[in-house]
Formats: sequence, structure tokens, C-alpha cells
Amino acid sequence: MHLVQQILFILCAGVSVYFFSKKVGEIRRNIKLGKDENLTDNPSARWRNMILMALGQQKMFKKPIPALLHLAVYAGFVIINVEILEIFLDGILGQHRLFAPMLGSLYAYLIGFFEVLAALVLIACVIFLIRRNVLKVKRLNQRELDGWPRNDANLILVTEVVLMSLFLIMNTADQVLQSRGAEHYTLTEPFWITSNFTGMFAGLSDGALVAIERGGWWLHIIGVFLFLNYLPYSKHLHIVLAFPNAYYTRLRPQGEMANMKEIQNEVLYMMQPELAPTADGSQPAQQRFGARDVMDLSWKNLLDAYSCTECGRCTSACPANTTGKKLSPRKIMMDTRDRLEEVGKNISVNKTFVDDGKSLVHDYISVEELRACTTCQACVEACPVGIEPLSIINQLRRYLVMEESNSPQEWNLMFGNVENNMAPWKFSPDERDKWAEEMVNS
Amino acid sequence: MMIKSMAEYAANGETPEVLFWVGCAGSFDQRAQKITKAFAQILDKVGVQFAILGKEEMCTGDPARRSGNEFLFQMMAYNNIQTMNAYGVKKIVTACPHCFNVLKNEYPALGGDYEVIHHTTFLQQLINDGRIRLKEGGEFKGKRITYHDSCYLGRGNNIYEAPREVLQALDVELVEMKRCRTNGLCCGAGGAQMFKEEEAGSTRVNFERSEEALETGANIIAANCPFCTTMLTDGVKNKEKEDSVMVLDIAEMVAKSLA
Repeated sequence: MHLVQQILFILCAGVSVYFFSKKVGEIRRNIKLGKDENLTDNPSARWRNMILMALGQQKMFKKPIPALLHLAVYAGFVIINVEILEIFLDGILGQHRLFAPMLGSLYAYLIGFFEVLAALVLIACVIFLIRRNVLKVKRLNQRELDGWPRNDANLILVTEVVLMSLFLIMNTADQVLQSRGAEHYTLTEPFWITSNFTGMFAGLSDGALVAIERGGWWLHIIGVFLFLNYLPYSKHLHIVLAFPNAYYTRLRPQGEMANMKEIQNEVLYMMQPELAPTADGSQPAQQRFGARDVMDLSWKNLLDAYSCTECGRCTSACPANTTGKKLSPRKIMMDTRDRLEEVGKNISVNKTFVDDGKSLVHDYISVEELRACTTCQACVEACPVGIEPLSIINQLRRYLVMEESNSPQEWNLMFGNVENNMAPWKFSPDERDKWAEEMVNS
Repeated sequence: MMIKSMAEYAANGETPEVLFWVGCAGSFDQRAQKITKAFAQILDKVGVQFAILGKEEMCTGDPARRSGNEFLFQMMAYNNIQTMNAYGVKKIVTACPHCFNVLKNEYPALGGDYEVIHHTTFLQQLINDGRIRLKEGGEFKGKRITYHDSCYLGRGNNIYEAPREVLQALDVELVEMKRCRTNGLCCGAGGAQMFKEEEAGSTRVNFERSEEALETGANIIAANCPFCTTMLTDGVKNKEKEDSVMVLDIAEMVAKSLA
């Protein structure tokens, strides 16, 4: 019997790790479709950002209530995973509560602590479900979440509730069995929470209890394996990618827009032709100005897209969105990920990307959305994990204006004025210092 | 008073303490010209040796770059940097946070490396150094005033305290809006929105922001940006409060309070 369980467990673990690694490899490949951007400077500042932002959740605390609930789930998730290590080793070695004899009385404290965390996670997830589905918090119910994104969020929360319940039920049954001196069930000191509920199972036979305990154990670990494989398809991937994303986040002031060296040089060679490299046929192929599709964005923009957990803090801070415009920075990130996944599937099937006649701009993100942005950086400021929706918006706008000459008539007039009158309005450049002359006379 | 240009300083073989970058709004927009004049008047009064570029100044290229026209931005930047480098400009002060951001953060990569300072920071330094002396019990003393963080001074460059310190020096009663500092709401003009009609929505960004400012019960909305000033003034008019609530740049408030 034990051997069968052991073999089954190793098989499950193997299959789950195989599929997980395969998907991780695809995501890695997809992110590398982005353009190069060197973000390895100043490692000490980057480590600091990772520790404060990802590990310490510093930016979450702008909204204290969700931050505390999230902290409970996060701490529970990370710390309870130590227990997963024991469950995993038990599964492979055919043991039960492998660590109990090694840790002595400390073991019960440890499990007790895990139980407290599990209970906190359970409560927090129930509150999160209520916030989403009953209280209908605005940022968790906007239109870009219709369909799969909303189900994704609820599915994760329900899974967490189920996993934590299984963990607690398993421990309760275990302690009843312990107290009856059942074979194989190592006697431990009472666990903090579940020891209070053993009365629930008092009337059950040993066989039924073993079934509950084993059932709980198996469902829990299978749940964990399924969750692991669900993760890369879900917004929940942020639990992993928040860390690299915070590390690679921007260090320069938020107001600064990325320079386009190729255009800088083009202008330089136009103004000072003597500096232009002599044409020896080795000039790089015509590049795209700005971004039309995900491959035109930088790898960091693509990492951003996979790191987004669709919390909507960006969108609720966006002046365009809060005044009813179509733009939602969260949707920009979701669209980028969806399109990147589509491109990734295309590559998996065809070995290389075969043009599917679609692009990120137009097919996913409309011109109207892009036009509504005031570049106020509220979305960048709001993101707890250092995502920059504005960077993508800016690059798509560059493509629209420079490659498609797609800009509103008023902007075309403004461009003409800047070019001819050196100011965005139609004033004569000679009048630029008229105010100063007026001061002489005053 | 006489306002000298960089060319005039250079002709006399002199270098001013600082270049006052006026910007297009400050040069041409009638409302913003008042801010420019107020700031120039302060500099003159406290004896800061400053120059303007005059007719040689051009748009920094900010609205072109933010709307996506990088080519036009680079043209403007090239010309401005050529001009300023030729004069050996070291330090720039400007009353526009958009110009400030571009000059400070975006010109260095293009060969234009200057010490750039926003006028509110400059005013705060002049006050701290005792160069600006303010009236005891000036006209803003005890007045209920709210301060609007512009995006490019606040979030863009993390300057939140200097403008507030200037207001404190004027003895005002500063009341904050619900969304302030890092959470400050945009006035709606940035990203070249100033130069186009807003996209369709339920309200205008400047209306939303002005309503928030009016909710504080302030008599004066203090700003640090000529575009914010215009947007908020329009928002106040929309609520028909222009008789009781003024939108003023911090420089205008300081100019009126000089001892």
C-alpha cells in the first residue's frame, strides 16, 4: 500500500514538474522576444528595490486594509511552503511527519504556527472573495476583467480556501488518530488550532479517519501540483515574477522618457553631415520607430506584462480612466500579455513567428485608448511591483505618429507650429521676449 | 527694469548667475506671462544676475516627444543644446515643470548637461538664504490655500516639499486635497493633451481636479505650472467660482509678498 502511494506520488510530482518547467521555458522564450535593454546597473539600488517592494510589499501599504490581508496570504503562502517540503519528502520517502522526531516539541509549535497562518490565509481569501463579488470594489469589477480574468481571480481565491481547509482537516484527523495510538501516526504535542476541533471527528472509526487524513493529504498535494501548473497561465504568476520585476524596475526619475538613439543620430547627421558614418553597405536594416507589436517592446515591458496581477491600482489612479475615458493602464498590461501569449503559441506551432496579420496596437489596444494618456505617471507610481504601463503607451504612440502618421489634426497643427514657430502655438518667434520689453516700459 | 539676454551678457564678456528658461507658455500665453513677469520681478528685486535666451529660445520639444513625434523632439533638443552650449550655460531655472523635466532628465543624454532647477525650489532656496525678504503679515497670511502638485514636478521628479515650504513661509493655512503628493491627480494637460480635445469620457480631467480643489474650501489654488494654472482656472470657471477662488502660481504669490 505504502509503496503504491510512494510510486503514485513520485509520478505526480514528476509530471507536474515537467509541465511546469515546459511552460516556464515558453514564458522565458516569450520575454526574450523583446528588444534588449541593459538593466544591470547599480545592483545595490536594485536589490534594495527588490527587498522593499517585493519582499517588504512597501507600496502595497498605500492602501492599508488590502495590504494587511495580502500580507497574511503572502506570509502564509511563503511560510506554509516549508510544510510543503515535509509533505513532499514524506511523499517520496513513504514516511509520515518526517520532521516530527527531529524537531521534538518544537515541531508542534511549528505546525501550530502554520495552522495560524493557514487560518489567516483562509479568512483573508474569504474577505477577498467578498470584496470582489459582494462589495464589488470598483477596481476589481471594471470591464477589462469581464470573463476569464474575473474567473481567474475567483478560482485562485477558492483554491486557496480549499487548500487551507484541507490542510486543517488533515491535521485534525491526524491528531484524533495520534490520540488513539494508530500505527504510523507519530505522536506529537497538540497543534494550536486543529487540536480544538478533534471532537468533530471523535465518532468516526479509525478507517474513516485514515481515509479523511489520507484524502486530505492527497488532495492537498495534488492541489499544490495543479496550482503550480495553473500559475503560469494565471495573473497569479506575480508571486514569482514580482521579485525579478522589482529588481529590474526603473531607477531613473519617472518623468524621464527613454531616448531613441537612432533618431538622435539621424538628426545629428542631418545637421552635421560630416559626422555621418560613410556608407559602406554595413548600415543596419531599417528599424521600426516605436512599437507596433510585442516584439518591438523591450524585454522589461514583456516581463512587466507577465508580472501584472491585474489589481487595478494603476487604473484607479489614472486620470483618464477615472473621468470615463477608455484608457485603462491595467488593460494595457493585460493586452500585452495576451498578445505575447498569442505570438508565443504561433512560434510553438510554426517554429518561428508567422505573420498572423495582427498587432498589439489596433487589434488589442485602440488608438482612442492611447490618445487619452496624460503621461502623468500615476499608473507607474501606483504599481506595487514596479510595472510601467506608461512605457508601453509611449512606444505605441511613437509608432502611431512616426510610422502611421496617425495623429489628431490638432497635434499635426501643433507639430507644424513647433517646427516653424518654435512654439506649439501659432505665435511669431519674434514675439517670444515681448513680455520682457513690456517690463522695460513698466 | 531691464531684462538682458544671454547674447547681451556674452557681448560684454559676462556670465549671468543663472539662465531663466521662460518656456513657450511663459513667453506667449497671456496668463502665463504674468507668472513670468512675477518671477523676473523677484529675481530683479533680490539681485539675482539672470539672463533669458530671448528669441533664441525654442520649444524644448516636450509636447512633440510625449505625443510620439520623437523626430521633432530631437530637432528642437539639438538646436537648444547647440545654443546653450555655445553660451556655456551652467545653471538653468524655469517656471515650467515640463521644460524642467526635459532639460534636467532628457537633455543630458543628448549632450546638454546643466544644473536645472525649478522656480519653486529656487524660491525656497532664496527664502532660506535670506535673499528673499517677505512682508510681515502679507496678503496671504492665514488664507486658506490648497496646493496642486504638478505631475512632472511631483511624481516625475519627486519634488513635493519645496513648493509647500514656500507657502509655509507666506504664513498661509495650507489645506491638502484628498489626492496629493505621490497620489496627486493630473490637471489633464500633460502628454500633449493641452493641444488637443480630450477623448470622450464622463467628465474632463481638469473639472474633476478643480472640484476636488474647491471641496477643500480654499480661496486660492496654488500651482507651479503654467498648464496646470490654465486647466484649473477653466475648471474653477466651470463651477462659476472664479469670483471667490483664484488660481495663482507660487511665484505670483511670492512677488506680491516681497518686503
